[in-house]
Amino acid sequence: MAKITYIESNGKEHVVEVADGLSVMEGAVKNLVPGIDADCGGACACATCHVYVDEKWLSKMPPKQDMEQTMLDFANDVHDNSRLSCQIKVSAALDGLVVRMPKSQH
Amino acid sequence: MADHVVIVGGGQAAAQAAASLRSEGHAGAITIIGEEIHPPYQRPPLSKKYLSGELAEDRLFIKPPEFYEASGIGLKLGVTATAIDRSGKRVATPKGDVAYDRLILATGSHVRRLNLKGSSLANVFYLRSIADVDLIRPHFEKGKHLVIIGAGYIGLEVAAVAATRGLKVSVVEIASRCLARVTSPVISSFFDGVHRKAGVHFHYDARLEIFEGHDRVEDVLVNGEKLNADFVIAGIGILPSDHLARDAGLTVENGIVVDEFGRTSDPDIYAAGDCTVHFNPFAGRKVRLESVQNAIDQAKIVAAAITGKPKSYAEVPWFWSDQYDLKLQTAGLFSPTDQVVLRGDPATAKFAAFYLRDGVLAAVDAINAAPEFMMGKLLIAKGARLDPARLADPAIPMKNVAT
Ligand SMILES: Cc1cc2nc3c(=O)[nH]c(=O)nc-3n(C[C@H](O)[C@H](O)[C@H](O)COP(=O)(O)OP(=O)(O)OC[C@H]3O[C@@H](n4cnc5c(N)ncnc54)[C@H](O)[C@@H]3O)c2cc1C
Ligand code: FES
Repeated sequence: MAKITYIESNGKEHVVEVADGLSVMEGAVKNLVPGIDADCGGACACATCHVYVDEKWLSKMPPKQDMEQTMLDFANDVHDNSRLSCQIKVSAALDGLVVRMPKSQH
Repeated sequence: MADHVVIVGGGQAAAQAAASLRSEGHAGAITIIGEEIHPPYQRPPLSKKYLSGELAEDRLFIKPPEFYEASGIGLKLGVTATAIDRSGKRVATPKGDVAYDRLILATGSHVRRLNLKGSSLANVFYLRSIADVDLIRPHFEKGKHLVIIGAGYIGLEVAAVAATRGLKVSVVEIASRCLARVTSPVISSFFDGVHRKAGVHFHYDARLEIFEGHDRVEDVLVNGEKLNADFVIAGIGILPSDHLARDAGLTVENGIVVDEFGRTSDPDIYAAGDCTVHFNPFAGRKVRLESVQNAIDQAKIVAAAITGKPKSYAEVPWFWSDQYDLKLQTAGLFSPTDQVVLRGDPATAKFAAFYLRDGVLAAVDAINAAPEFMMGKLLIAKGARLDPARLADPAIPMKNVAT
């Protein structure tokens, strides 16, 4: 279980508990946090689950697979701390994680 | 009073239409009438991680059940709409009529069934719903003989899950190659090779004769050969669920005809998803798409039209398929007369086939090759005219192939 803070592009914060094994994307969808579309449902096929990971958490993130990196390369407003949230698996190690959503996923 | 929008069908398009109506500011009531007992869910994992058991049922749901209540969206589940009364603006159901101001048809599609001697025996399955997979899964035991009818995406995805589990898998296909309807021979032969390596047997140009057995199929007769079967899964295509629309006198041509705003021939009735046909600018003709992309994007267009902000549908079609550790991503719509340009070596399982139509990029199939897919999608949207030599040269990054 991890407490995750999702921050919408307008600054609105949502702090929710997410069960281990779910993805950061699923944590948002299940808790009605807006700002993540996730059109492909986590198949790493759409890049509409883009988030910015808080700088303090970057070192604790699981590494990106090739597919995630190359999908991200073609998303909008990509920064060094960009991730596809469907590819980040939640565990106790991510307790306290803070992610921000982009203005739009398209 | 603000309009009551009724959505018939409770799948991908229905959930998106309801969510988008709310996010676009629709203030009136919204009611979803869905035949299945589950809240709207994603079908793609049904032949992938739900079949393999990696995903639990609740992880298929597009939105958690609380979403609908919190958003003021009424869910009538396990209820089948049986007729539309257009002049009275009512939808009939066995549980009473539901009055609408605007109606959205999001009824999806249903499987084409086999019609052969023995095809209605108990161990012949189809795969469209959670209920279907729940019936199939207990048969997925190591060593069992599975005969798959149809080498389309669903048949091949099921073959991949089954072969990985250690079942003995045969695939029977009427065409001379797998994925014949949707892609080029290079991609077909790539997937044929991958599955063969995993132990799957293919029977192409297959003349399916009968299913033998008393209360259960025991053998499948193909081209005079007997294939032993503990169970059979047929994936031989789907048909649009358009009969409500047809009975109500809407224009239907192998799917409910919609314009670029998702409107049917009745100004108060819209439609989205698998049940529709539309003129697609990337195909240059009317098409019926069977994809999450189309369900989502048409649903958004319909919500935009109903909330008075019409936008026309102009998305490049895209799709994906997961088999073993391979991800196929496709954008655009392939046509058999396209020029095929290969980029990368299929032997590395990381390559793409691009399809040029009169020199303009029309479609791409990318295998474990996201840049080819993502950039390809952008270039298709632009109608880019490409130099086949540059496209075929992996030393030129995808971002630069057009320049
Ligand atoms: C096994 C499988 C794997 C797939 N894999 C992929 C993939 O990898 N990528 C991809 O892009 N697409 C994939 N698809 C296709 C994708 O799931 C569909 O295109 C998408 O679900 C279409 O959404 P829809 O809302 O139009 O229809 P559906 O999701 O089919 O929903 C329609 C719903 O309406 C209900 N309904 C029908 N008639 C009535 C009525 N009269 N009254 C009440 N309810 C009614 C149906 O029961 C159904 O629940 C797959 C499909 C299947 C079956
Ligand atoms: S949900 Fe589609 S890539 Fe993450």
